[in-house]
Formats: sequence, structure tokens, C-alpha cells
Amino acid sequence: MTSCDFLAQQLLTGVANGMLIALIAIGYTLVYGIIEMINFAHGDVYMLGTFASLTAIQTIALPVPRRGELPPLETYLKLLGVLVFVMLAMALLNLLIERLAYRPLRRAPRLAPLISAIGVSFILVNVGLLWKGAAPVNFPNYIPRVDIFNEWFKLKTVVYFSTKDLFVIAVTLPLVVGLQLFIYRTKVGCAMRATAQDREAAQLMGININRTIALTFLLGGALAGAAGLISGLYNNTAVFTLGFRAGLNAFTAAVLGGIGNLTGAMLGGLFLGIISALSDGYIGARWTPAVVFGLLIVVFVFKPSGLLGQPSSQRT
Amino acid sequence: MTAVEASTTTPDAPPPAVPLTLPEEEAAGRRNRWLLYVGFLLFVLVYPLIDQALNWQSVRAVIPILLFVILALGLNIVVGYAGLLDLGYAAFFAIGAYTTAFLTSPVSPIKLAANSPFKWLQDFWVAMIISVIVAALFGVILGAPTLRLRGDYLAIVTLGFGEIVPRVVLNLEKWTQGSKGMNPIGRPHILGCQFGIDPCVIAGHTLKLGALPWYYLIVVVGALSVFVITRLRESRVGRAWAAIRDDEVAAVSMGINPVTTKLLAFSLGASFSGSVGAIYAAYLQFIDPTQFDFSISVLVLCVVILGGTGNVYGVILGGLIISSFDRIFAERLTGWFRQLSTVVDPSIGFRTKLALPGLVLPLDLAFNLRTWLRSIDFTNLRLLVFGLSLVLLMVLRPQGLLPARRRRFKKLPPGSEPNRVT
Repeated sequence: MTSCDFLAQQLLTGVANGMLIALIAIGYTLVYGIIEMINFAHGDVYMLGTFASLTAIQTIALPVPRRGELPPLETYLKLLGVLVFVMLAMALLNLLIERLAYRPLRRAPRLAPLISAIGVSFILVNVGLLWKGAAPVNFPNYIPRVDIFNEWFKLKTVVYFSTKDLFVIAVTLPLVVGLQLFIYRTKVGCAMRATAQDREAAQLMGININRTIALTFLLGGALAGAAGLISGLYNNTAVFTLGFRAGLNAFTAAVLGGIGNLTGAMLGGLFLGIISALSDGYIGARWTPAVVFGLLIVVFVFKPSGLLGQPSSQRT
Repeated sequence: MTAVEASTTTPDAPPPAVPLTLPEEEAAGRRNRWLLYVGFLLFVLVYPLIDQALNWQSVRAVIPILLFVILALGLNIVVGYAGLLDLGYAAFFAIGAYTTAFLTSPVSPIKLAANSPFKWLQDFWVAMIISVIVAALFGVILGAPTLRLRGDYLAIVTLGFGEIVPRVVLNLEKWTQGSKGMNPIGRPHILGCQFGIDPCVIAGHTLKLGALPWYYLIVVVGALSVFVITRLRESRVGRAWAAIRDDEVAAVSMGINPVTTKLLAFSLGASFSGSVGAIYAAYLQFIDPTQFDFSISVLVLCVVILGGTGNVYGVILGGLIISSFDRIFAERLTGWFRQLSTVVDPSIGFRTKLALPGLVLPLDLAFNLRTWLRSIDFTNLRLLVFGLSLVLLMVLRPQGLLPARRRRFKKLPPGSEPNRVT
């Protein structure tokens, strides 16, 4: 494998991982954009999304294909059903969290919602622990690993890009584009943007603030649920502490791109995914977290409000 | 309060234009508060005796709790006084602990010959002071790139730092032993008697002290910390912190240097965790990177906010509550529930079959109070209970248990000298 192939390989892996990070990062950025709060529990909603989809798959007893075999179309339709279910379930969960733990704190001191969110995160982690136990659980594999370049396109290359990576990109991209359209093309999306800009002015224009904020949480939860199923199918394993690491990465991505900025979150996610993959390949996986955060600090030294963020206003 | 006392009690002070006595109730409240402080201090001092008399055997469990409280006091400077949200405070704790271990542990990469002139550096007390200085230095190093950042950007950078430090410690196996951890670590000593090693001989008496020297060492460090931190708040730099926290632009235009003020907050806050790290390492005799992960930073931050950001006594209260639940009550509560289950009538409960359309099998719902009580394990539910109480507390009392008092100024009639009242 030449160094160029290796680089291409890492970049492709990075894109697939980055899309997943971006999906979670959007949840952070949406919520932050609208109520200026770090929703610490978001990563754990994602973790529960993985667990919920696993339980759903087990409940409908979806047959697991044999190794290397492509399952019938019916399986994928059912998986689509699971996707819809888990998105709905996590959206409702996020809505419930907002209603119980964040809405009462809307006028509280700035750090209070953050602590409340940390509390919710602890609760969700413990729910995950009680639900599936402390050991990592196996997630059945429905996407057989096929080397796309070599087997589909008959290209003689050592660059490995599997159907799994393609799957992540193929599912994530429509979700992200759909969200973008929803926020920039619909009336409700416009209400969300208005609320994010100036809550009181938006209220004066007749926007129902509570409903708009609830909708934001619904959207974020749905995306986290989708990310849960996707990562389950991609990694084939899940553990209750999953949410913390993923949440940290996603939050970093959101901040890197300029928190509150949707495009920024996506780019930040991709950037983070690629950087992690490059670091895995060239420096060693055990240094990756340190590299990622080190880079984050360096970015902030030169661009204190993220890559695409506006200079932050006076906030205390 | 010293200004008030001075102006009302010393006869040679010029009589103020307006009598500066405190309102009756406030003076009474202050007296009561002093009684509370003195009572608390006395309780802390005699606690080991009570413990021994009642045979609680809890001194060993209390030591980490107190260390935790001091850690929270240090973070209170950064978060409470200066208003800088720090999510990576455990990093400084780690730096303090590892500095001490580097200097005093036999497995440390720093090897000194027996006749080296720097042998004195390996003494615990010296190592502790060096730990404090090193932690403070790292506070400046971390603080420097964050000076331009605000709010949540600052939070994420500190969080990143908190992730990097344990990771680097884990990966630099050559120096830090990586995940194997460092052990043993030099112990503090007084009069040639090492802490935690029994029996020891002081002036011809053979004593069995157990955990007592540790306890009193931590109480002394804690009392010193409380004193320094409360005095800091009243000082020039403390007021500068409050100004920066409340409105940075206004503070800067009043001539406060934001760079030095913030860096001072970071380094002073870090220095406290440096000292705690040193004692912690020597007390446990073993440190590894997992002891300094993000959950510690979050827990300490929760203590600060739960108790009441900026209020030293609130932080102490919050620390006692959180860490005593963490270390003591979770186990005891489980025991109590087990005991309760033996008393409860075994027939209490219900059992039904719920058939829902669309489900193949009917749902089997059963609940029995006795088995439930027996099966519940609070050490497993730690996070749940903890998270639930955090959420509840924030919803019911978002300013914390004991919110910081803002200094009030009394309105004076025109022409009179401005005087501080509270």
C-alpha cells in the first residue's frame, strides 16, 4: 500500500465516521442555537437510540443474514421501519427531557440548565446500564461488508471502502439535507431561526416560543435516534458509556464549526472524523483523543468562535 | 465586617457622618452565623473522637470527601468568583498528584543518587509545595489560549485539556507507568513519624494513630483554603474577578486587566487542586489515569453549582452532600432497604397480564414490594439518584443550596463619606 492509497483510505473512513459525528453534532448545535444551552444529555439520547433500535430489532425478530450474504429487501424495509420508530421514540424522549428538566429553568441563572442537563445525562446513562447491563452488547450485522472499489467496480486498488461506509453516508446525507431544507424553506423552520436570533422579538411577531423550542428538541432527538441505529449497524456493538465519548466528539465538532451554525456542525463533524482517522493512521489510535482536543485548542487560539461562527456576542 | 467593627468600636476613629451600625436583624444574623462557623469548626476538630466513641469507623471514608470539598473550593475561584466555566478541572488534580509521584515515588523516572544534593526534593512536604506551583503554572498555560474565548467555547477548551492530560499520562508509559499506575508514593511525616504507618514512635511514646494524621492534615489544609478563599473574595483581585464575571466590557473599561485577572483565577484555582492532588496521591499510595477522568471534573463542578456558585460555605455543604452520598450512603441505603424488605409483608404487590392489540404475547406485569426492596441496589443506581437529585434541585432551586450573597451597599445621604456597609 503506497502512502497515497493509505491517505485516501483514511480520508474515506474519516468521512463515514465524520457523517455520524455530524448527525449528533447537529443536535447540539440546534439546541444551542435556540436556547444557548449545552445539552449535555444529547450524547446519551444517542446511546439510548442504539439500545432502542437493538430492542426493536429483537422484538420484531428480524432474521440476521449469514456472513457475506445480502439480506432480502424486506429486511431493509423493516430496518427503515425501525429507523422511523427509533427516531420517533428518541424525539419524544428528548421532548420529555426538555419539558421536565430544561423548560422550568428558562429564566434561571445560566449554569443551572447545564447542571440539569448533566443530571439528565447521569440518569440516561444509568437507564442504559440497567437496560443492557455493563458489558458491551452485540448488535446484529445486516450490512455485509463488501469492498466496493474492488468487487463492484473491479478497480485494482488497495483502498478499502466498504458498503458499510457507503451505508452511513447514504442514510445520513438525506437526513441532513432534509433538515437543512426544513429549517431554511419551511415556515416552522423560519420560526426556529427567528427564535434563535431574538426570542422576545420572535414572540412579539406571534411565534409560539415554547412550541418552537420543543420542536427543536424533537428534531435533535430524532437525529440522535437515527445516529443510534446507524452506528449500531455500522459498529455492531453498543455499550452504555457510548454516549459520553460520542457526545464529546460531537460537541467538539459543533463548537469547532461554530456552535449554533448548522452548516458549521456538519463541516465540523466531517473535519473531526477526518482528523481522527488521519491521527489513527499516522500517529496511533491511542493518541487520537489528545490530538483531536489539541487541535481544537489550536483552532480556538486563532479563531475564537469556531470555523464558521460569528464573533460571539456579550454573554455571561 | 472589619470595617464596620473598626468604625463602631474604636473610639479614636472620626465619627462617621451617618451611624454605620448594622440593622438589628442583620447583626443578629451575623452573630448566629459566627456561632455556626465556630460550632462547625469544633465539630470538625472533635469528629474523630465522636467517631471513635460511637464506633462509626468512618474517618477513612471521610478523608476523600474532605479532599473533594477542597477541590471544589479551588474550582469555586474559577467558576464562582471569576465566572469562567471550567470543565477540565480534574487535569490540575492529576498534575498535582503526578508531580508528587514523580518526585517521591521509587518508580518515578527521576532517579537521584543517594548522595545527590537534590535529595531534599523527594521529601513529601517539598513535593507538595512543588505540586502546587506546577499546577498553578499549568493553570497559566491552559489559561493563556482561552483568554479570548467566552462562555461555552471556554468550557469546551477546558474540557479538552481535561481529556488530554489523562490521555497523555496514559500513553507516556515510560515516565508514568501508564495504566499500571504509580505506586508507592512518598508519605508525609511529622517528627520522624510517617503518616499511615503504625505503630510510630514520637518522643519515646509508641502510638497507633491510624488515619488520624491524614484527617488533621486535610482539616488544616481545608481551613487554610477556606481562609484564603474568603479573604481573596474581599481583596482587590477578588473584586476584579466579580467585575469581569458580571460584565467584562465594563470591567475592562474601568481599568481592570482581563489577562492577568483571568490567569490569576486559573492559576490560583489550579494551585488548590495541586495540593489536593499531592495529598490524595500520598494517601492512596497509588495513582493511575482513570482516577482523573471527566467524571471527576463534572462532579466537582456539580458540587460548586449545587452548593451555590461563589459561596464558600455553600460549596462545602454541596461537597459534603454529594460525596458522602457517593461514598457512604449509597451502600448503607442498600442495606437499609434489604432490612426493610424483611419486615414488609410478602403479599404486597400485583400481577396482571396485559394483552395489547398488535403484540403477539400479552405483557406480563408483576410487581412485588418485597422482592423489589430486596433487589434494589443503590450502588448500581448511584448515577440515577445523583442525576435525579441534580435535576430536581435545579428545577426547585436553580441558584444552589446556599446562593452567594451579593454585597449590598447602603444608600447614604448626599455629602457624606461613602462607606462600605456589608
